[in-house]
Amino acid sequence: MRLGYLAYRNMVSKPLNLLLSLMLLMLSVSLVTFALQLGKQLGGELNKNIAPYDMVVGAKGSPLQLVLSSVLHIDVPTGNIPLREASEIQKHPFVKIALPVCYGDNYKGYRILGTKPEYLDHYAATVGEGNMYHRSFEVVAGRAVAQKLELKVGDVFTSAHGLASANGEAHDGHPYIVTGILNPTGTVVDQLLITDLESIWESHEHEKDHDEASHGGDHEEEAHDHSEEHAHAHEEEHEDEKEITSLLVKFKNPLGVVQLPRYINENTSMQAALPSYEVQRLTGLLGSGVRTLNGIAFAILLVSGFSIFISLLKTIRERRQELALLRTYGLRIRQLLWLALLEGLFMTMIGFVSGWTLGRLGIWMASSYMQNSYGYRLQIMWPDTVEWLLFGITLMIAVIATMFASRSIFNLNVAKTLSDA
Amino acid sequence: MVKTSNLTYTHESGEQLTFPDISLNSGEHLLVVGPSGVGKTTLLYLMAGLLPPLDGTISIDGTDLSTLTRKGMDLFRGHHIGLVFQQYHFVRSLAVEDNLRLRQSFPKDANDKQRRLELSERLGLSDHLHKKVSALSQGQQQRLSIALGLIHKPKVILADEPTSNLDDVNCEKVIELLKEEAKICNSSLVIITHDLRVMSHFENRSML
Repeated sequence: MRLGYLAYRNMVSKPLNLLLSLMLLMLSVSLVTFALQLGKQLGGELNKNIAPYDMVVGAKGSPLQLVLSSVLHIDVPTGNIPLREASEIQKHPFVKIALPVCYGDNYKGYRILGTKPEYLDHYAATVGEGNMYHRSFEVVAGRAVAQKLELKVGDVFTSAHGLASANGEAHDGHPYIVTGILNPTGTVVDQLLITDLESIWESHEHEKDHDEASHGGDHEEEAHDHSEEHAHAHEEEHEDEKEITSLLVKFKNPLGVVQLPRYINENTSMQAALPSYEVQRLTGLLGSGVRTLNGIAFAILLVSGFSIFISLLKTIRERRQELALLRTYGLRIRQLLWLALLEGLFMTMIGFVSGWTLGRLGIWMASSYMQNSYGYRLQIMWPDTVEWLLFGITLMIAVIATMFASRSIFNLNVAKTLSDA
Repeated sequence: MVKTSNLTYTHESGEQLTFPDISLNSGEHLLVVGPSGVGKTTLLYLMAGLLPPLDGTISIDGTDLSTLTRKGMDLFRGHHIGLVFQQYHFVRSLAVEDNLRLRQSFPKDANDKQRRLELSERLGLSDHLHKKVSALSQGQQQRLSIALGLIHKPKVILADEPTSNLDDVNCEKVIELLKEEAKICNSSLVIITHDLRVMSHFENRSML
């Protein structure tokens, strides 16, 4: 019989003690690994999504909100900006790409984004089934949307006003037709329904017309007389007041980052925000959360080390006679210490591995939640360097706890202990 | 095989004990009798090397115990001495057979299943090998305690009141077994007792 087997039997002979020690250790390890992974992967995900753009121009308000809403699609927009004003920026020599985006509608909670087809190229998104949109009210669906809503090429749906499924009233009349399903990209595109700008404008104009018609009963005749003229004026007026939600900009020249945002913020009614800066700020905020969580988890880790210490101290006291008996079997003091150490190490390893697994389970659950809500996926990854380090620290705590707990083995009086009833 | 001379020991209380010399050859038996409190168990622990004598020498199988280091004593005891305790001591987290297997495993890494089965058969423990120790009756625990003293075929068997919890039938059986085992292994057998049922079986007695 090996000492390891005896240590194992000793460990499982007090299941409740074992459970308490294991649970504390599991809790701390799962918290630390979960927080580490979340912080690490979330930063990566966010950076991947903002990568194509250097600057976002939108209505005045919070720059973070502008970036979150227009680039990452997890917040409501700050407002709209006139297309005419935004077009001025397009002409600036430092600007390489300026892509207007327009949104405000959803289908079952998934955003319908009006933009130019190039938008897809920036995320390397390609059409997997069917075709790209060519006309108004044609739409391509991101892979995650298509899967979730079971959309197929040729499906027809009606959009609802607003960005969340609950608060929207359905638009009448203008159904969208799905012409294509995109290949998965692992970016925010997977979560979007993408159409052209005109579709968004038209569905909102229609609503405006509808309102005007119902209020214009008295002037029906007059309106009819000048119908041709009216229609012309109406169109021109619309062209004039066309609005977009924001403009996504990529610079040709790095000087753009220095000059353009300040120029826009000071001289126009619009605001410019830098995604990389805002995301850095955001991860900084997240980072302090992660650090707090880590602090708590390390405190629990120390408590769990202490609980292993107490549990071993207790069992060593309770097993004094058994240890004395083992000494009469010819086991040396060193072997008894090793026996106690093995028990402590077993506990620690089981606790660490199950805690690590629990942490990954947490990541998996967070991933499916985030995938549903924001379209971000987290990977289940093998242990990284920091986690191995954590494993080392945990083992060290266990070894120290065991050594303290087993000091009494050194001065165990075998004859006296065996005679005590 | 077992030889003591001028053995004395001082208790923590300061009480000094002096023991008569013992000389025992291989295969011989000795019964140590005497009222409680005269140091019978102490003599046993001295012979097992678990207590150091104040004065005098103990030699077992030609080895003077005082010449052994602590590690050497541990190994020597593990190999050559079988102890049967007055209070039963087992490893409670192990089943009956695993307790026997544990005793075989140290200090030499042996695993003789045949020996375990045979011995437990003779002690009436065969049906209880997979039970927890705590599930055994008093008598069964005493028999297991005896089995643990014999399982590794020691040169010297030191038994402290081995029959105190046994009925007449089992008492007879255990005495026969101890004698038989001692004969098979050519071991010296030292039994401490105040049990009259035991005394009638042995001729060589030492009064303390």
